[in-house]
Amino acid sequence: MVSMLLALLAIWIALEVLTHGLFLSPRNLYNLSIQTSAIAVISCGMVFVIVARQIDLSVGSLLAFTGMLTAYAQVKWLDTTPAGWQLSIAIGLAAGIAVGLFQGWWIAYRGIPALVVTLAGLLIYRGAAFLVAKGETIAPLDETYQKLGGGATGSLGVAASWAVGGLACAWLAWQVWSTRRERAKYTHDQGPAWLDVVKVVVGVAAILGFVAVMASYPNRTELDADGEPTGMGIGIPVLILIVVVVVLTFLAHRTRFGRYVFAYGGNPESAMLAGINTRWLVVKIFVMMGILSTIAAVITTARLNAGANSIGQLAELYAISAAVIGGTSLAGGVGSVPGAVIGALVIQSLDNGMVLLDVSSAERQVLIGLVLIAAVWFDVVYTRRQTR
Amino acid sequence: MTAPLVEMIGMHKHFGAIRAVDDVSCELRPGEVVGLLGHNGAGKTTLIKMLAGVYPHDGGTIKVRGNPVKLASPRDAQLVGIETIYQHLALADNLDAAGNLFLGRELRTRWGTLDTHRMAHEASKIIRRINPNFTQTHLPVRALSGGQRQTVAIARALYFDARILIMDEPTAALGPGETRMVKQIITGLKQEGIGIFLVSHEMRDVFDVCDRLVVMKNGKLVGTVRISDVTEEDVLGMIILGKRPGRAEPSPPG
Repeated sequence: MVSMLLALLAIWIALEVLTHGLFLSPRNLYNLSIQTSAIAVISCGMVFVIVARQIDLSVGSLLAFTGMLTAYAQVKWLDTTPAGWQLSIAIGLAAGIAVGLFQGWWIAYRGIPALVVTLAGLLIYRGAAFLVAKGETIAPLDETYQKLGGGATGSLGVAASWAVGGLACAWLAWQVWSTRRERAKYTHDQGPAWLDVVKVVVGVAAILGFVAVMASYPNRTELDADGEPTGMGIGIPVLILIVVVVVLTFLAHRTRFGRYVFAYGGNPESAMLAGINTRWLVVKIFVMMGILSTIAAVITTARLNAGANSIGQLAELYAISAAVIGGTSLAGGVGSVPGAVIGALVIQSLDNGMVLLDVSSAERQVLIGLVLIAAVWFDVVYTRRQTR
Repeated sequence: MTAPLVEMIGMHKHFGAIRAVDDVSCELRPGEVVGLLGHNGAGKTTLIKMLAGVYPHDGGTIKVRGNPVKLASPRDAQLVGIETIYQHLALADNLDAAGNLFLGRELRTRWGTLDTHRMAHEASKIIRRINPNFTQTHLPVRALSGGQRQTVAIARALYFDARILIMDEPTAALGPGETRMVKQIITGLKQEGIGIFLVSHEMRDVFDVCDRLVVMKNGKLVGTVRISDVTEEDVLGMIILGKRPGRAEPSPPG
């Protein structure tokens, strides 16, 4: 985890130098945070999938399908209905859950490998996304809905952003402190206190720095009393991502579901022999992916202000890469949700930085592919060291 | 004589055309250790997996304390007090001792979340009772020795108040000191009135701890004998030739 953060820092510094200060500008960092959110939401779920020794190649297509369905429902069926955009999201979520049940059932109860089921899904849902509106692009979308994409109006504003930042700092400090206190109850092996202090200080500095940068990005749609633009603050997609990370981290460490996902990944047979309903567990994981794909679809369509059947292309590969770069082991049993967010940030930073440097999309794909190989190589070496 | 804890009557199990277990009956009484012996493929493991709720049986009856039971899943077996310690230990390597000990039966707080602190505390308490030298209960079990892993597996069975314990090759992966420790644990459990089925290839272990032996060959019961009535020779004869001691030699083939 620390090595990933250092790698990210190195990438940022390199891009900042290469772009002559463009990369770390408030405007670019705001965009980067929004671009990262959709992929990071999916990659957090992908951690659970890979930890449980499964894979999901369908998420990009599923994102397109649920995104199209949400946009279509919103514009064609619910445009005059009160709470229409909320209902359209509910329809998208229902579709995502249904797809998760469908895929999970084939994998868990019919013994078809996840690779095959979700590879089929990659075709099926991309085709279904086209069929929703016969290939048309659906636009424009509801104005409130658009805020969910983090566009010109889609941020928290300065005051609320500082409040969120303050809460995050308090939470971080409390986490570190309560872990220490809990550990003290049954082991003397505490680790040095200064390390925890450094952790909190660095974390708080990063959070406050992030909020400060976001707040300094001018919002030209909203002027203050002097006619000057106010600050954007944290983008709503970032807020959505934070909620997803908190919920999934909680699931991973504090619930039986998370415990069973890790146990199943560590030793599927022992999980079964311990009396866990491992088939239903696998179904639940894919249902969770359906929900997260839909959340990513909402962010993406809201940002584009359109539903198009081409959205989310290669999202599955970015999400898997992000999870793996963030320390999730393809052998199963090991993975971390915050790590996946860092992984997504690494990939999006490279992509975003290369766009600023006018690198063509073909060349960007080559480089990100190579980064993935390097990350998996890291995983292989790590696993070998573990089992030696 | 005390009433049997477990009776398995006329058990059958086939996989396709293979009769893995063919009309096998045996019983287990409180405080008794019954050894299950036979070559690989004799059907021992299949028999105990039926009792552990892993395989549904195709024929026969299982009674626990005189009542017929249906064991459709490992959870069903746990609920009637049957705990199983598997040959390959069946631990999740990436979880710590407490995670494995409580796997499937986690302690929870009043909000329904995992009570990791209480589980860690309870786990280290029972583990130290079994094996006082084992204090690294917070490490993932992949970092533990064979004996420590075996301790975790046994602790899991004991914590949940097993009355019937199935041990599949409990000493197969252990060194001599650890084997001695496991045998001591078995003797202790016996005194507490727990009934144990012990699957083993180690003739020495069998003669050290068992009261009776059930010998199988090719899915069939060769015979049940009291350990005091037989020698190692007799038992080997039963395993290899499938004949009961004291009977006439089977006529040579051809």
